[in-house]
Amino acid sequence: MTRYVMAIDLRRCVGCQTCTAACKNANATPPGVQWRRVLDLETGEFPDVRRSFMPVACMHCDEPPCEEVCPTSATTKRPDGLVAIDYDVCIGCANCVMACPYEARSIVDEVRFAYGDKPIKSEEVRFDPARVSVATKCTFCIDRIDLAAKTGQVPGRDPEVTPACVNSCISGAMSFGDIDDPESKVSKLLAETEHFRMHEDLGTGPGVYYIWDKK
Amino acid sequence: MKAKTFKAGGGASPRLQQNWDWRAASNFICGGAGGGLLFAAALLSLAGTNVRALLVAGMALIGIGLTCVWLEIGRPLRAMNVYRHIKTSWMTREALVAPVVFGLGALAFLTNSVIATVLAGLAGAAFVYSQARILNADKGIPAWRHPACRPLVFATGLAEGAGLLAVAAPWIGLGVASRTGLVAGVLLLLLVRVLAWRAYVRALRSSGAPTGSLRALAAIDQRVVVGGALAPALLLGVGILGFPGSVVAIAAAGVLAVAAGWLLKYTLIRRAAFTQGLELKHQPVRGRGVSGPAARPGWGGAG
Repeated sequence: MTRYVMAIDLRRCVGCQTCTAACKNANATPPGVQWRRVLDLETGEFPDVRRSFMPVACMHCDEPPCEEVCPTSATTKRPDGLVAIDYDVCIGCANCVMACPYEARSIVDEVRFAYGDKPIKSEEVRFDPARVSVATKCTFCIDRIDLAAKTGQVPGRDPEVTPACVNSCISGAMSFGDIDDPESKVSKLLAETEHFRMHEDLGTGPGVYYIWDKK
Repeated sequence: MKAKTFKAGGGASPRLQQNWDWRAASNFICGGAGGGLLFAAALLSLAGTNVRALLVAGMALIGIGLTCVWLEIGRPLRAMNVYRHIKTSWMTREALVAPVVFGLGALAFLTNSVIATVLAGLAGAAFVYSQARILNADKGIPAWRHPACRPLVFATGLAEGAGLLAVAAPWIGLGVASRTGLVAGVLLLLLVRVLAWRAYVRALRSSGAPTGSLRALAAIDQRVVVGGALAPALLLGVGILGFPGSVVAIAAAGVLAVAAGWLLKYTLIRRAAFTQGLELKHQPVRGRGVSGPAARPGWGGAG
């Protein structure tokens, strides 16, 4: 079996938001919608304060609550672990938005571009009218993953079939791959580090691992 | 150089949901009350009272609620897709119960059959239950997913239905026995609702929830308890004594019972519906070589 996951090394993330920009460029999300964003957290009290950065997006859960509540079956869990949305089936009821504990989903009801009424080049190429008034979210760059099946390339190793955010990360904080393959980069990385998954207690089985220390 | 300022929580704090507005709230408000009214009317029909007008009112309320939610969805022309996921989706199940409610309600109206009326009442209760489960399944909203939310939403739907029956009391010509039964039923449901409300708020506080949710719920506590239980109970007490005009007191109690339920549900859907927020369970180990405390901004209570 294949189970694609993402590992994010919080020790390496510098909060540069390059992944956010790369995602926007790759997916042409409208203004105000960020499938991937980086939280900027200040904690503690002076003089013992810390600043941490935490990239967040759809967690592609093992037990996606969005899939459970979706009344249309537009949201599905694929055998390879990706949670996908069929834009032609979704009715935009927002039940999945309420069900997602990661605030990963958005619905935008009007066509919006970054600079006024006219799309910029990347938006021109990637604008998809099917995404208006339906739920959208990070897809783990699903087209690239599907391309891998045709080309024989390996997601997480070959950039052409790896999510844009992972490719763009300047500090190498983000890794992607098949956790069921013990030889994949993510499997090895997770084996040698301390990590957690967000809101695990909710039983969602998120597919994004946050690395916070060495073992 | 100007110092950079940081927002508390850095985008991780729970925020009030913005996707379900008054139209979605109306579905829970009208649909819950309508389903509850059908159930209450079914019980009343067992005493031989003609409840056809109440059946129409119950179905109309459910219809209004569903119309509101239809106006809210992004792709209304695809609305029939809502029937595609009965396996796990309570929204699909709610949508499936609706035609059953209308079918049985219409049959009961046309035939005046007690059996059809009772079945319509049960379908109305099932509709209310489905709505409670819809909210409960939404894991992203801690105030909804709490197990104590389900009995509260179900109880308030039934209490609102009984309240609407009380509002209609002056027009449905109740005998002494029916009137006593109505008052007892409304009182019982108000008691159940206020207990469910208090249990819900207490449980939410003890398990922890976004502070915004706790604040929004605390803001209506007095109105739910006093306006939605104590005051109507007093009016029902006056009503049962049989003074002239006592039926007006029963109707007034019904108005209060319904108003409190609608306030409760509007608050639950629109004002207390804060998202889970995001959490940093472990601070990354950098520099000094130690991890810092976990960060979960915007949460209150004991959790």
